[in-house]
Amino acid sequence: MPDQGKYNESDPLSEAGSGDEEMPSAVESRTFDLGTMEGQTLIKAERLADHPETPALEDRVVARSLWQDAWRDLRRNPIFIISGLLIIFLVIMALWPTLFTSTNPLKCDLAKSQAGAESGHPFGFDNQGCDVYARTVHGARASITVGVCATAGAALTGTLLGGLAGFFGGWLDSVVSRIADVFFGIPILLGGLVFLSVIPSQSIWIVVAFIVVLGWPQLARIARGAVITAKQQDYVTAARALGAGNARLMLRHILPNAVAPIIVVATIALGTYISLEATLSFLGVGLKPPTVSWGIDISAAADTFRNAPHILLYPAGALSITVLAFIMLGDAVRDALDPKLR
Amino acid sequence: MSSSTSTSSRSTEPRRDTTDSKDAPLLEVRGLHVEFHTREGVAKAVNGVDYSVRAGETLAILGESGSGKSVSAQAVMGILDSPPAKITGGEIVFKGRDLLTLGSEERRKIRGAQMAMVFQDALSSLNPVHTVGMQLGEMYRVHKGLNRKDAKAKAIEMMDRVRIPAAAQRVGDYPHQFSGGMRQRIMIAMALALEPDLIIADEPTTALDVTVQAQVMDLLAELQAEYHMGLILITHDLGVVADVADKIAVMYAGRIVETAPVHELYANPAHPYTRGLLDSIPRLDQKGQELYAIKGLPPNLLRIPPGCAFNPRCPRAQDICRTTVPPLFEVTDDEGVPAPGRASACHFWKETLHD
Amino acid sequence: MTDGATALSAAQPGETAFKQPVQHGEAILEVRDLVKHFPLTKGVVIKKTVGAVKAVDGVSFDLVKGETLGIVGESGCGKSTLAKVLMNLEPATAGSVRYKGEEISKLSGPALKAVRRNIQMVFQDPYTSLNPRMTVGDIIGEPFQIHPEVAPKGDRRKAVQDLLDVVGLNPEYINRYPHQFSGGQRQRIGIARGLALRPEIIICDEPVSALDVSVQAQVINLLDQLQKEFNLSYMFIAHDLSIVRHISDRVGVMYLGKMVEIGTDLEIYEHATHPYTQALLSAVPLPDPAARESRDRIVLVGDVPSPANPPSGCRFRTRCWKAQDRCATEVPLLASPSWLGGLARHDSACHFAAEREIEHSAAEREIGHSAAERENGENGGNGGNGGNGGGGAAPIE
Repeated sequence: MPDQGKYNESDPLSEAGSGDEEMPSAVESRTFDLGTMEGQTLIKAERLADHPETPALEDRVVARSLWQDAWRDLRRNPIFIISGLLIIFLVIMALWPTLFTSTNPLKCDLAKSQAGAESGHPFGFDNQGCDVYARTVHGARASITVGVCATAGAALTGTLLGGLAGFFGGWLDSVVSRIADVFFGIPILLGGLVFLSVIPSQSIWIVVAFIVVLGWPQLARIARGAVITAKQQDYVTAARALGAGNARLMLRHILPNAVAPIIVVATIALGTYISLEATLSFLGVGLKPPTVSWGIDISAAADTFRNAPHILLYPAGALSITVLAFIMLGDAVRDALDPKLR
Repeated sequence: MSSSTSTSSRSTEPRRDTTDSKDAPLLEVRGLHVEFHTREGVAKAVNGVDYSVRAGETLAILGESGSGKSVSAQAVMGILDSPPAKITGGEIVFKGRDLLTLGSEERRKIRGAQMAMVFQDALSSLNPVHTVGMQLGEMYRVHKGLNRKDAKAKAIEMMDRVRIPAAAQRVGDYPHQFSGGMRQRIMIAMALALEPDLIIADEPTTALDVTVQAQVMDLLAELQAEYHMGLILITHDLGVVADVADKIAVMYAGRIVETAPVHELYANPAHPYTRGLLDSIPRLDQKGQELYAIKGLPPNLLRIPPGCAFNPRCPRAQDICRTTVPPLFEVTDDEGVPAPGRASACHFWKETLHD
Repeated sequence: MTDGATALSAAQPGETAFKQPVQHGEAILEVRDLVKHFPLTKGVVIKKTVGAVKAVDGVSFDLVKGETLGIVGESGCGKSTLAKVLMNLEPATAGSVRYKGEEISKLSGPALKAVRRNIQMVFQDPYTSLNPRMTVGDIIGEPFQIHPEVAPKGDRRKAVQDLLDVVGLNPEYINRYPHQFSGGQRQRIGIARGLALRPEIIICDEPVSALDVSVQAQVINLLDQLQKEFNLSYMFIAHDLSIVRHISDRVGVMYLGKMVEIGTDLEIYEHATHPYTQALLSAVPLPDPAARESRDRIVLVGDVPSPANPPSGCRFRTRCWKAQDRCATEVPLLASPSWLGGLARHDSACHFAAEREIEHSAAEREIGHSAAERENGENGGNGGNGGNGGGGAAPIE
């Protein structure tokens, strides 16, 4: 750094994150456990001191934004890479299951009911004598579609409604919150039995729509809370003082700071939704055979778990890996959007 | 209600406790080291701190954030969170016993009963769902085994003591129904409830308004005199210190850099850091001029500069400051007569003194 | 009202010499009878207004080009709300704010956006006033994105780096995030953001109270230096009276939503005539242990009343040792007391405005006394021995 001496406060990186990373003394002892607080801030301080001096040289070239930084960060994050590859793999499986198996999942041979693995049928056979491997591969489409689409739908609807309610407050907030309460009040299984049984069509999109309708209030609540917290921060006031409009306030200041809890809840919801699809199928109101889904297979296998655990374990394992992959992805994205964790 | 009563008059009062003679301080901290073990390394929050407090005496520990002033006090109280904090050396001798050798149950008994702490933020230190009377009374119920009725009577008495108006009516109120100054009084009442020998006040007035600050500090000083307690006042405010302290320990980067009786410290500091702090206070004759400012930032506790920790910011730094950690030198006057209670951890304390 | 004060003192040539020249400059911001009430509502569905928190209740003052007006007062006195209303972050309930003669308190949309270019703000807490998820470059560059006319797109990066340089930070820090900086450095970033649009007025809301003592001086020096460089007018809100005195040309003292006294720093600090100002000044702990024996501290009784239900008449009367019957019925106006002379004669909202006795000769006290009594007589009040020092809670020692 050529003209370091000119600036009367030294470089925070070379001089090191330092004791000044801590809260100033006026704020210092607001909590009982100052010790922990100091400890934590020290961790923070050290983290940035870890960075070598080189980024500073890069800095001269271009100014970066949060999203660019987040992407740079993600590309180097092994968790992101692993979960990303897993998800790509699962999506390919969902789109083109025939790439992975040539066996027809609906072609069953009752003679092989509950039989173990054999050549060409690595996962063995289920109760009906269908090939478990083929059913697991083909089941990805329904399960992942339901999981991803329902989560995306619920998260978007919830974030939009909850976020607007939190941002504008007043009557909009009252209306949205009351509607959300109403949907919260509907027991999801009872609601499923009632709604889905009156709709004759059992297409996958009906199930997705049903989950979105019952799932958004949860995310709306989270989003509303996160937005209200972010809205009260001084930096939002500062942006308003600069003349920033509502769109800028929401997109640049509030959303990036409110997105973390939404991502966490949404990734957990994804797993729940895939299981919910299974439960609904089990109750006979969700997807119905001949549709192949992990949920249908898991519920069908539950009865024979003692005799033939493999029938349950393979689709359940696939479901767990999928949910884990999305949760890992959510974690990685959330961390990448928090500069303090870099 | 000026705090002038807080100085010399107090030390001549008859002592309540016969065990502490003039030679045995109430609390003596020797060579205290506290480290924070973090994933990235060891942060040395306190690096060999010595101080002592006598009954009836007020010691102010002055320092900025990160100087270790609060951590050392928490170590004395035994309320450090460990991990991550770890006391790696030293002794904390309280009434003749080294607290660090005691078991946690014994220390718990000392806390509250014999030494108590007043925190900065009274609102978060009081439980919002219980009435103040109940929280005050709990001290008596738990430690003294009083029944509800007696505990309540004691609580009212204590609230009267800290001059909360209409204590008998307000005993059933919740913390949020009190103003900031009143809440801090309740905190003081709780700290004093069991008549401890030592009070540690961690920035007790920082969160309060200036007119209320004066009231609370006066109250604290008065009660200290009445109960003949030792008081450790932890603060960053040079004004508050000047008002109430008997002696001062200035901390920087986990070490005491200067100790002195209050008048001497303000009149003629013997450490460049102390001098810098005093010089950066706006003064009348400087109006319209640039304020003196200590350059740079406090150091990172994970990598304290070698030698004197203050050397990168010090106007007086020489080569020796970058290599050798200065011990606490005894400060003497021009004829070499030691100034009582004065010490400075600066290689050039003599020169600093003569600035 | 401040106009009145200036006129009054100008009428007496002997006194103008004491006034700082800056007072005669052009008023860049004129605030008149500004009121901000926050309604208190009851009920969830059908909201009923049951009262109002009178955070700012009729405040008037001028801000002169190039000067620093300090505003002091304790928490809850309305000084931060005043800043928010002036910044148009909260709509004013009543009153007027004129920037260079133009009424700005009722503006909205593009007109308001244009005014914002000229009035900016520095916030108290450098830890919450910077978006943790934006780089320093984005934070300081945001004003240019909102007001594209200020800096053409290609120049913005350069402009941001220049600003960093101006506030004493390394321009290479542009891609760093706020958490990588210390409190003092963050406050510099906040100041750079405030400067970006080249405003004429900067409202500083407790800009150094969250900083370490040794860093406070650095930031104060920076603000001072920037004021000279860009001819800025500051409204400097703080509770630290010694810092306010250092940086301010004039000082206003607020209590419970009202301006109780306003004048040059000398008038307020050395010749305060309002009892509240006197109590406030006497309570400031001095960094001088020798002073503690000679302290003449006024300890106020009781707490600040609720702004939702302020006392009638003079709001300070419940804690004032001079309070008389008149104080409960008649709101004292912020005006120069005619019975005072010299530097004591500046705007003070007290029926019995007078300097503290210790600094006064008996003769001066006599004048003040009789003047106050005359006032009482005229108003038909039964103030009794109105003047100085009588009554209630007394200064201690």
